[in-house]
Amino acid sequence: MKQSVTLNKTNGKEGTGFLKSFLSKFKMKPFQLDVKDILKKVVVPILSILAFIGLWHAGAKALYNMEATYKIEKALTDQGQEAATAMETCILSGDISCQPNTLPSPVQVWTSFKTLLADHQIISADKIAFKEKTAALNEKRVAEGKEPITYTGRPSFVDQIFTSLKTVFAGFLLALLIAVPIGIVIGLSETLRNSFNWLIQIFKPVSPVVWLLLVFMIVKTMTKDSNQDSAFIISFISVGLCAMWATLVNTAMGVSSVDKDYINVAKVLKLGQFQKVFKVILPSSLPLIFTGLRITLSVAWMVLIAIELLAQSPGLGSFVWEEFQNGANDSNSKIIVAMFIIGIIGFLLDRIMLTIQNMVSFNKNEGV
Amino acid sequence: MSTVLEKTSYKQELEHENGIPFSSNIMLDLRDLKKVYPTPKGDYVVLEGLNLQILKEEFVTIIGHSGCGKTTMLSMIAGLNPISGGNIAVLGNPVKGPGPDRGVIFQSPSLMPWMTVLQNVLLGVNKVFPHATKTQRKEIAKYYLHKVGLENAFDKKAIELSQGMQQRVGIARAFAIKPKVLLLDEPFGMLDSLTRGELQDILIEIWNKEKITAVMITHDVDEAIFLADRVVMMTSGPRAKIGDILEIDFDRPRTRKSVLEHDDYYKYRKHLIDFLEH
Repeated sequence: MKQSVTLNKTNGKEGTGFLKSFLSKFKMKPFQLDVKDILKKVVVPILSILAFIGLWHAGAKALYNMEATYKIEKALTDQGQEAATAMETCILSGDISCQPNTLPSPVQVWTSFKTLLADHQIISADKIAFKEKTAALNEKRVAEGKEPITYTGRPSFVDQIFTSLKTVFAGFLLALLIAVPIGIVIGLSETLRNSFNWLIQIFKPVSPVVWLLLVFMIVKTMTKDSNQDSAFIISFISVGLCAMWATLVNTAMGVSSVDKDYINVAKVLKLGQFQKVFKVILPSSLPLIFTGLRITLSVAWMVLIAIELLAQSPGLGSFVWEEFQNGANDSNSKIIVAMFIIGIIGFLLDRIMLTIQNMVSFNKNEGV
Repeated sequence: MSTVLEKTSYKQELEHENGIPFSSNIMLDLRDLKKVYPTPKGDYVVLEGLNLQILKEEFVTIIGHSGCGKTTMLSMIAGLNPISGGNIAVLGNPVKGPGPDRGVIFQSPSLMPWMTVLQNVLLGVNKVFPHATKTQRKEIAKYYLHKVGLENAFDKKAIELSQGMQQRVGIARAFAIKPKVLLLDEPFGMLDSLTRGELQDILIEIWNKEKITAVMITHDVDEAIFLADRVVMMTSGPRAKIGDILEIDFDRPRTRKSVLEHDDYYKYRKHLIDFLEH
């Protein structure tokens, strides 16, 4: 403060005003605001994450102890004191063969995450090596009209993620291509809306599993003769069919509930049907259509895991299922890693859709 | 024979009811108009036996109690609401539906919020002048936006404007399609009184230039007197019809000051208020 006072004196009138505004702009006000803001937006979330990890750690430890006690007691009742002591020392030594199998701790999950990444690097290095090795041979085979040799090794965790994303986008695109045009047509005509409503209401709540079976019945027959990747086809069609209802209903609602004022304006100006649809009805229902698409994408991502799991289609779902069946020591923590990855990707997809939704929407409503 | 008879009786009726001699000067002709809304408890008759003739280049304001059917009548003229009985003719042609010969300024600005100001006006202009070049159409739209004082807001999104500014766009949009009749449904009802005054001035300034037949619904007695050649008073519903017509004999162009200072102003005002309170 002292310094500013002396500065004021030397700088004269204009300087004073400038300095004051400078001080108030950069020093006093924003600083106070920032502390509160940082506290609210950074410190509190970090604290909540730490609390979550702490709770998780404590819970995992308690479960670990329960499982360990149970194991020792079982050894005692089944095989006697000696076995029990052996089991206890084995567990305490951290030997993999006798570790209690339960909810993994945060540290275990983090280790598994790193293992999975390392595994990915090994596999991708393997792939590149394979490609280099077979490059010359493949060229020859292609020249001879034969299929090139492709890498058929085990996919890494990261590969699984990309496979899942591919499936979900294919499903989402299918949902968009089916639901938006049908939604618009149904929304425009009340007769059609009434005649298709029962169908929508009945099929909307059908479980993803049933859709999968239905698609399986059809696709199995249709792809019998070709060596196409039918698992991928089945899973993306099922995902699309499960997820499209939100978009269908929202599009129909958006198109049918256009503000009456806009319709009146279109009527007074005697816009043609084409112009009415493309200049008035569609733009005004875009926000609702995008709300539907956003729901569709999140539903698609959610059902994808279950569908991959059942359809034996590669991806995160089958990764989770295989790890569960595997029952290796770190399987549980790998499943938890997958859970977090699924959650984070789902969140990111939703954010992307929200951004697009806000871009096309004319009344900038804050999404949650 | 019957048509001739009908015509003469129509003429007599006109002279008898309104004191206006029959002429081809009639722009808008409402004859024996009726509107019925069916309800579960039976038909609800909003308007019945409503007769009104509006001349070319005339500005008519319509005043009456809320719910008496003013808006119903206006939307029937606009063709947005089907006619239950009687008929409406514009220059002798019966109204069969909405059309750009009758421009409407709605109570809410009803601009397309995803379009810019210019695009909103162009929406109608493009439709009405399909043979004009793109530049010409833009010129027309810009001319009217200029007239309502929005020359700096062409590319603003409609939603970014205040309510009053949006209604200015509504005025520009309605005039830009060069309608024969302009229908205004309480266009300034949602605005504060200062903005309302501004917009009245803008409206009357453009109208003085274009001289489009105008029918405007209002709740505001002063607005009705300031803008109109004739103030039409409607009786309260149900079965509303024309109750009384007051001719406003002020010279045009008018200014608010000259109207307020005119000797007849309070006489007119008293007449209207007496009718409304009756």
